Amino acid sequence: MPSETVVDLSRLQFALTAMYHFLFVPLTLGLSWLLVIMESAYVMTGKEIYKDMTRFWGKLFGINFAMGIATGITLEFQFGTNWAYYSHYVGDVFGVPLAIEGLMAFFLESTFVGVFFFGWDRLTRVKHLAVTFLVALGSNLSALWILIANGWMNNPVGAEFNYLTMRMELSSIRDVIFNPVAQVKFVHTVAAGYVTAAMFVLGVSSWYMLKGRDLKFAVRSFAIAAGFGLASVLSVIVLGDESGYTTGQVQRVKLAIIEAEWETHPPPAPFTVFGIPNDKTETTDYAIRVPWALGLIATRSVDEEVTGIKDLKKEAEKQVRNGMIAYEALEKLRRGDTNPEVRAAFEETKRDLGYGLLLKRYTPRVVDATPEQIRSAAADTIPKVAPVYWAFRVMVGLGMLLVFAAAFYFVALRKLVPQRWPAPALYDPIAVDRRRVRLVRRRIRPPALDHRGGAPDFPLRFQHRGRRCMVQLDRLRALLQRTACGRVVPHVQVLPLGAE
Amino acid sequence: MIFDYETLKLIWWVFMEILVIGFAVTGGFDMGVGALLPFLGRTDEERRVVINAVGPTWEGNQTWLITAAGACFAAWPLVYATAFSGFYTVIVLTLFALFLRPVGFDYRSKVEDPRWRSAWDWGLAVGGAVPAFTFGVTFGNLLQGAPFHFDEVLRVTYTGSFGALLNPFALLCGVVSLAMVVMHGGFYLQTRIEGPLVLRAEKASQVAALVLVVAFALGGLWVALGIEGYRIISMPDPGGAIAPLAKTVERAPGAWLDNYSRFEWLWLAPAFGLMGPLVANALARRGLLNLAFWTSAAAVSGVVATAGLSMFPFILPSSSQPNASLTVWDAVSSHATLQIMFWVVVVFLPLVLAYTRWVYRVLGGKVSVETVMENKHQMY
Repeated sequence: MPSETVVDLSRLQFALTAMYHFLFVPLTLGLSWLLVIMESAYVMTGKEIYKDMTRFWGKLFGINFAMGIATGITLEFQFGTNWAYYSHYVGDVFGVPLAIEGLMAFFLESTFVGVFFFGWDRLTRVKHLAVTFLVALGSNLSALWILIANGWMNNPVGAEFNYLTMRMELSSIRDVIFNPVAQVKFVHTVAAGYVTAAMFVLGVSSWYMLKGRDLKFAVRSFAIAAGFGLASVLSVIVLGDESGYTTGQVQRVKLAIIEAEWETHPPPAPFTVFGIPNDKTETTDYAIRVPWALGLIATRSVDEEVTGIKDLKKEAEKQVRNGMIAYEALEKLRRGDTNPEVRAAFEETKRDLGYGLLLKRYTPRVVDATPEQIRSAAADTIPKVAPVYWAFRVMVGLGMLLVFAAAFYFVALRKLVPQRWPAPALYDPIAVDRRRVRLVRRRIRPPALDHRGGAPDFPLRFQHRGRRCMVQLDRLRALLQRTACGRVVPHVQVLPLGAE
Repeated sequence: MIFDYETLKLIWWVFMEILVIGFAVTGGFDMGVGALLPFLGRTDEERRVVINAVGPTWEGNQTWLITAAGACFAAWPLVYATAFSGFYTVIVLTLFALFLRPVGFDYRSKVEDPRWRSAWDWGLAVGGAVPAFTFGVTFGNLLQGAPFHFDEVLRVTYTGSFGALLNPFALLCGVVSLAMVVMHGGFYLQTRIEGPLVLRAEKASQVAALVLVVAFALGGLWVALGIEGYRIISMPDPGGAIAPLAKTVERAPGAWLDNYSRFEWLWLAPAFGLMGPLVANALARRGLLNLAFWTSAAAVSGVVATAGLSMFPFILPSSSQPNASLTVWDAVSSHATLQIMFWVVVVFLPLVLAYTRWVYRVLGGKVSVETVMENKHQMY
């Protein structure tokens, strides 16, 4: 057994590299489509300003794409360097989408991205637009295959354990591709990427507006980003809800952790709006609950239960015991035992073999585990509640809808240039002047309120339900990117930016 | 086309060879150009000429590496698990060097400061030379076998060290690999640039070609007379699913030449590796630059294929427990996975080649100091 410190460090390393990679990738996912939109406007209207816009944002796309590549190779290699047994155990299934991603998607985007930058004078307008489109298609297909791989990690369908080769083997590629978790993850994540890109364009355009530079360019970019962002943020909300439903169906532990559901409540389960989860007492302190809400969202019914953490632990105990039977049978089979009873026992329990292997940490022989050790192994299936619970709440409470709705509102009224408020609100994180942001936010609310005729926070909290935890870093990411671009923008010397 | 398992295992060995050669030929010249960058370009403009000769296409070329690794994951999971974790330090070193490339290409010319630019030039040189060298070292270790074994649940344990990876034979293979990409990069540059730089690139590739021939010949002698090869004595039917420990393997001097005595036409691969660089040199001296580049590409393919063919059917032999050696027969994925991935490759690889060709046509033409100065803000 490798030492647990090494395992923990490897986990930490994977978390860091994955998050670092994911600072850049969502931006390029969305920015590539914004480039397609801008260049389409150029091809259709023939106005040079749209070409300038495409080149300007293209350059910002380029520097993020480069960082995406630099950080992406690490992620791929890491499976082999740090998670060798995982690579062997699931490579037969998990390697497939990764390899397809390389051949179908990554080749496409990285081969054409060079033509995007250097082909302006060598191709007709329509052909160049086609190249831009292929770059966007490639990067989004890339996300599809990676999320199919990730979806399989969350919900491993279409695979069976083979005791001869000691690994999971592909039984149905169709199940792997049309895995419901993979599908909702894909749409939810790319939509979140589109939001990130729209936020980025909105932020940089606002910076130009505030400085009074290249206004024609900035206003047009702002308008496109506002429309694209509003559509995307609405998609994120709807698809996030879908994702919550799928999680409730196939990943009950994840749902229970996110909601800090310690007990199984009689259906329909109440939703905890606020509370402080306590791992020791296994309760949520100071909980404020809304009756029915969680049951409705997670099961879309009034009579299905949402299983609580305590009951899930009990179920896991049964699975660990099953896993012990599977492990015992596996050892016999590997020693060459051909007794059909052993084989039957193995086939019946092999689904839970992984739960049995959780015991390796406590007893290398697995089969001689004490009830105490079984309880510990079962407890290991439940991660710490508080980090996931709070991360999810931060993600849901970000309130991006408001920003895009307001931005779109002013674009639609053609009041953008005299209306200076959106610009500081978006640009300020670059200056890291929090007090001013807060002041400005207070100023944002009234017009948005008047227009929509309701409290903007209310629908948000509830519509955002179920967004994936990984995406909760959205705001931080957007903020970091804007910070980074604040430094880079002065160096981006693409253009004479327009005639102003 | 539905193939039996044994045939698919063989086909997948060919696919992996193609992907690795694809990377050595395309990514190879990028890395060679990177390694030469600070030595060829004396002024900032000259260096930008060198960078822009490969800048627009290097991303696609590096994808051969990503795809080869992905395909290895899918088709040879045990190899992926064992090689990447066993050669950990070398892989991490390679990764850190590779980090410098995308950032070097994209960020270098966006800031005027000469210190910034010169720093990234050296970054690109490290990003080209170090991976080239470490890939050679890795192949050198594959040829000697690595100390690893499996436990009862097929968990791999590696018992070597970083120092052991850098043994004399592996270092020689590193020199072969580095000389190979420098030569290849030099020949590629000559087809893409104009001005006095061409002469310098020619000189570099001529020297590198000679180093390659000498080092490659030395390596060949070493493999024939020095290091021990591996040979399968007995194993179960290759048409079935086999675990790595089911076969018997012996170590023997000169065993890596077995394949050549069985199939004499295989000598073509080392012949390409030995003669290719010399022919390319002669062609370049006569001004037949495109032909010289393609001959160099054939030489690169010959060198890589030589390593693969000598070891076949071994992929990663184990020096501490030879029976645990990974081969094309027992380190592969299931029949279903190989069959599905066969179709993916058959459909997408020709497509990739087709659009790569189109992209090179569109972005062709010579780069000179004048073109760089005219497009100061657009080019790398």
